[in-house]
Amino acid sequence: MSPALGKDLIGLEPLSADDIRLILDTAEPFKEVSERPIKKVPALRGKTIVNLFFEASTRTRISFEFAEKRLSADTVNVAATGSSVQKGETLVDTARNLEAMRIDMVVIRHGSSGAAEFLGKRIRSNVINAGDGRHEHPTQALLDLLTLRDRHGRIEGLKVCLVGDVLHSRVARSNIWGLLKLGAEVAVCGPHTLMPRGITELGVTVFSRIEEAITWADALNVLRLQLERMETGFIPSLREYYRVFGVTLERLERAARPLTIMHPGPMNRGVEIDSRVADGPHSVILDQVTNGVAVRMAVLYLLAGGKPELADAAKRGAGAPGGTTE
Amino acid sequence: MSPVPRAAPSQRQSILDARAFARALQRMAVQIVELAGDTGDLVLVGIQRRGVELAERIAGLIERAEGVAVPRGALDITLYRDDLETVGPKPVIGETRLPGDLTDRHAVIVDDVLYTGRTVRAALDELADFGRPKRISLCVLVDRGGRELPIQADIVGHTIKTRPRDRVEVQVQELDGRDAVDLVRGEGA
Repeated sequence: MSPALGKDLIGLEPLSADDIRLILDTAEPFKEVSERPIKKVPALRGKTIVNLFFEASTRTRISFEFAEKRLSADTVNVAATGSSVQKGETLVDTARNLEAMRIDMVVIRHGSSGAAEFLGKRIRSNVINAGDGRHEHPTQALLDLLTLRDRHGRIEGLKVCLVGDVLHSRVARSNIWGLLKLGAEVAVCGPHTLMPRGITELGVTVFSRIEEAITWADALNVLRLQLERMETGFIPSLREYYRVFGVTLERLERAARPLTIMHPGPMNRGVEIDSRVADGPHSVILDQVTNGVAVRMAVLYLLAGGKPELADAAKRGAGAPGGTTE
Repeated sequence: MSPVPRAAPSQRQSILDARAFARALQRMAVQIVELAGDTGDLVLVGIQRRGVELAERIAGLIERAEGVAVPRGALDITLYRDDLETVGPKPVIGETRLPGDLTDRHAVIVDDVLYTGRTVRAALDELADFGRPKRISLCVLVDRGGRELPIQADIVGHTIKTRPRDRVEVQVQELDGRDAVDLVRGEGA
């Protein structure tokens, strides 16, 4: 039933629009599970999932952990510090050792682009990319898409601008793929030094002034400015950045209609985003966090079931129009 | 659900037409009231998809006959199935919505067809996560036999004997444009 979703979720680039819609539609009923008195369903009972985090993360790791626990999976968290990773064990050795303990899935975050795909090709367990270097962060983009769809009722034709450090952002990359595949119009806006080369070839508009982006867009996805970018010379100063690219209330008030405001977190208030905007009525930043759990439940659920040949066999025996039996 | 090609007419046999369907629902509504005695704590819980429509109709019939309000809910048991590995995940998961805490209520599970009993097993598990009803009853439109679990219905609209390859198709006005139950004979069984 899960057509092209394979063993792993590495990024949105390899997925089709139907795959992405399938994940978003599956996430819908999982929202309700988190509202139940007992926030748990037995769908992944007996599955063992390892959260393998080579980079610091609070929100994404906790979100995955909630998703796993609400599906009744057993989970283990492995952080890079305090594990044998520090003793120089390679990524594959770490994973193979975990697999020898009979695990079913690995959620991996890693500083190197391509780490998740590399791992997925070498172990039997399902691999879910929770962020790899500058490459992709698919579940973040999926929760952004779900939040946009909730707010606007559609993705197609929506004008979405990613603001800030697009060059170093895996969130931006995954968002661009997802939005383009679902038919949104996509733009980016930020300092020239933080725009990736060749991005217009993907059909993405580039704005050099935030005012232009605000006039154009239905929604802004404000990226976190990595503060170390200043030390490495990409931007002159934080104050200067806020003055030129900060998403402020004054700038938004000049727009003809209210813009939906998103941020993947954690925010630098007063650097890339004004506190009054982040906490304002058009901010969906906390809805993004809520949707993150539902989207991750959907991804875990869809990947966990994947035995297509058995699914086909079972479908031949059951399933019919006009509601059959079990 | 994948579209399954319509069977040739010779293999299709009508079990309930629209009028027999309506009479069966009417009888089931009366039997639920008799079974419950007191309608005050009754909750009708339909199993997605067609059980939800049937529960809605039966609740309406009870309301008209008895002049009381009957709360109803919907239950999707997909996430409580015991065969995720074999059938694969069902991407289209229906809505689950229950009218408040079920503790000390009399919950009546309503479904279209009772067959192996596995759906009911899953529904019982799921209901337990929404409270502790004082009683749970089972009401089905068609009992086709073939149980794989020790489960039986309290109220049955129609009983038929079937073979494993047969299909029982229930159609309801709200989703299919007509009320009908057909038996489609499978080949080679």
